[in-house]
Amino acid sequence: MSEIDKDLENKAVKDRANQKYKDGFVTDIESDALPPGLDEDVIRQISAKKDEPEWLLTYRLNAFRTWQKMNNPDWAMLKIPAIDFQAISYFSAPKSSKNVPKSLAEVDPKLLETYDKLGVPLHERERLAGVAVDAVFDSVSVGTTFKAELEKVGVIFSSFSEAVKDHPELVRQHLGTVVPARDNYFAALNAAVFSDGSFVYIPKGVKCPMELSTYFRINAINTGQFERTLIIAEEGSYVSYLEGCTAPMRDENQLHAAVVELIAMKDAKIKYSTVQNWYPGDEHGKGGIYNFVTKRGLCQGVNSKISWTQVETGSAITWKYPSCILRGDRSSGEFYSVALTNNYQQADTGTKMIHLGKNTKSTIISKGISVGQSSNAYRGLVRVAKKADHARNFTQCDSLLIGKNCGAHTFPYMESANTTAKIEHEATTSKISEDQMNYCLQRGIAEEDAISLIVDGFCKEVFKELPMEFAVEAKALLDISLEGAIG
Amino acid sequence: MLNINNIHANAGDKEILKGLNLQIGAGEVHAIMGPNGAGKSTLGNVLAGMPHVEVTGGTVDLFDKNLLSLEPQERAAEGVFLAFQYPVEIPGVNNMYFLRTALNAQRRYRGETEIDSANFLRMVKQKIKDMNMRDDLLKRPVNVGFSGGEKKRNEVFQMSILEPKLAILDETDSGLDIDALKIVADGVNRLRTLDRSFIIITHYQRLLDYIEPDFVHVLADGKIVKSGDKSLALELEEQGYGWLNQ
Repeated sequence: MSEIDKDLENKAVKDRANQKYKDGFVTDIESDALPPGLDEDVIRQISAKKDEPEWLLTYRLNAFRTWQKMNNPDWAMLKIPAIDFQAISYFSAPKSSKNVPKSLAEVDPKLLETYDKLGVPLHERERLAGVAVDAVFDSVSVGTTFKAELEKVGVIFSSFSEAVKDHPELVRQHLGTVVPARDNYFAALNAAVFSDGSFVYIPKGVKCPMELSTYFRINAINTGQFERTLIIAEEGSYVSYLEGCTAPMRDENQLHAAVVELIAMKDAKIKYSTVQNWYPGDEHGKGGIYNFVTKRGLCQGVNSKISWTQVETGSAITWKYPSCILRGDRSSGEFYSVALTNNYQQADTGTKMIHLGKNTKSTIISKGISVGQSSNAYRGLVRVAKKADHARNFTQCDSLLIGKNCGAHTFPYMESANTTAKIEHEATTSKISEDQMNYCLQRGIAEEDAISLIVDGFCKEVFKELPMEFAVEAKALLDISLEGAIG
Repeated sequence: MLNINNIHANAGDKEILKGLNLQIGAGEVHAIMGPNGAGKSTLGNVLAGMPHVEVTGGTVDLFDKNLLSLEPQERAAEGVFLAFQYPVEIPGVNNMYFLRTALNAQRRYRGETEIDSANFLRMVKQKIKDMNMRDDLLKRPVNVGFSGGEKKRNEVFQMSILEPKLAILDETDSGLDIDALKIVADGVNRLRTLDRSFIIITHYQRLLDYIEPDFVHVLADGKIVKSGDKSLALELEEQGYGWLNQ
């Protein structure tokens, strides 16, 4: 091992491994939770608490019966401890929201404080930022800002529960059409027990006047979070949607199994950005969120476009493949990802680009950064169907290793049934080289800043896809994840 | 200003510098010449504190500071600049951002206020103009896709921004054609001041046609074996290094 490796190993990496999780506080708030356990009765109770229509209860029950017949997926490059689904509470709501707040003024001040700490002010500040925020705390949505202004242009942005009440026809028409309940184990579980989430509808020809944003927060102990997001962009519309997530530091593992469905009609564009900072567990790998998420977008219409950008720094386990089904001719899908794993974190993440229409195009840029003892895998599928003439894909998959005990893996799958398809794949694995480090040091940049600088450069292609405010946050988050107290 | 006293240094298991002495006054330009493997680059690495060389004996003082007790980034902030023989590429990090990070790190170390981006931009634009270099250099990632000449020019440009007290040029002329060599030399000459000292490490006399040294030293087998004025370089050019051993 060279000097620099030793240095990195001894100082930076270990200090970094001891970094503190800044969002790890617990909000002391009374909650109304179901006792742990999962059976049909629990599902009926969730549905009843939310005062849901019969069709939705049926949907849930069918999903539950499907789930019972399925098995936990074991194909990922992850060591997943057995999850006791009976030990989890499937519904937790801050008590004060039992009577749903009619305005932000009625939201529990402690909740608002929590979001303030997280940098998600539900009050005036976001007005300046021009971001409409829906915040989901444990299982329920606690307030959607800017609702009225969005309604003026016909945009619906509400909690999922509200959407079920106010726009049942839209929800019923689209729910589960992109990610069917039977799709996979965690999608089925989500379909059975999902509690809340966000709903977005952009009418024909409307360019959503502001960024829409959801902040997810798991607070209550032994609680799973199963949110469901559905975004529908009608013909010629555009929306940019941001999603952020945090959780308190707890020794127990908590389960997060979300489903996100996006639907883009003709000429519509959806940009979906995620900064995922769920609690990753401590430096010994204790605690942390198990993040099993199914995100999929359907480019239904001609010339539609769906773009996923994700910055994944949190969670003990990340199992997540935001995908695009390119059904419309000339539709395009993009996936830009930065995944950083540290300590004993494990990530198996990537995307699926399913080319069904003609002249469809997809771009995949994945940047994996592994630190400490962590394991970071990219898994991506590019499938070109028989009728997808002239489909094009470009994949670039780069891994950066910091220290010598971490791992990076790349699993690209390509299936093409059409000879006119053009699929390109580039992959690199690199370490921060001794020469790069020396160069920075010689210019006066200390080791830690040099690592941050190099990592930032490594991620640049992805960061530039993020909306401005989010890019700043993502960079800060990465710096925190890379920060150590050298000296 | 710089006092190198009986330095011994290893690279790997091999002793490269074997009791080297050198004194450099403020504003002086010293050329270090010598055959391959004599330890010229090792000297630069010792002064910059690069981790792959190990100093086993001797002292180096820069002004009244014990240079060897400082970390490489501290030496940089104290005014030591090494223009690398093979400048490294840093993908994704644009040159200007890199330089501002470096400059501000040095300023912080020296207890000075950091320079804001507007003032930095102004300064950088002026300096790149002074150096007769194209300003697209600023926006490109550090050395990525640069030609050999561009990389060396970038080193000199970085020097102009960081304003070191002691600038070491490690075979900056290697791999340059005559036009690129002139540009680099011209840049260095612009940076010569009454209090900035230079160590020019080179294998060939050619560079010294353009950067006129005050002193020329011959480094052979880990020691300075001969010192003189610029005429020594011409002598070496004519006769090679062989005669030194006779």
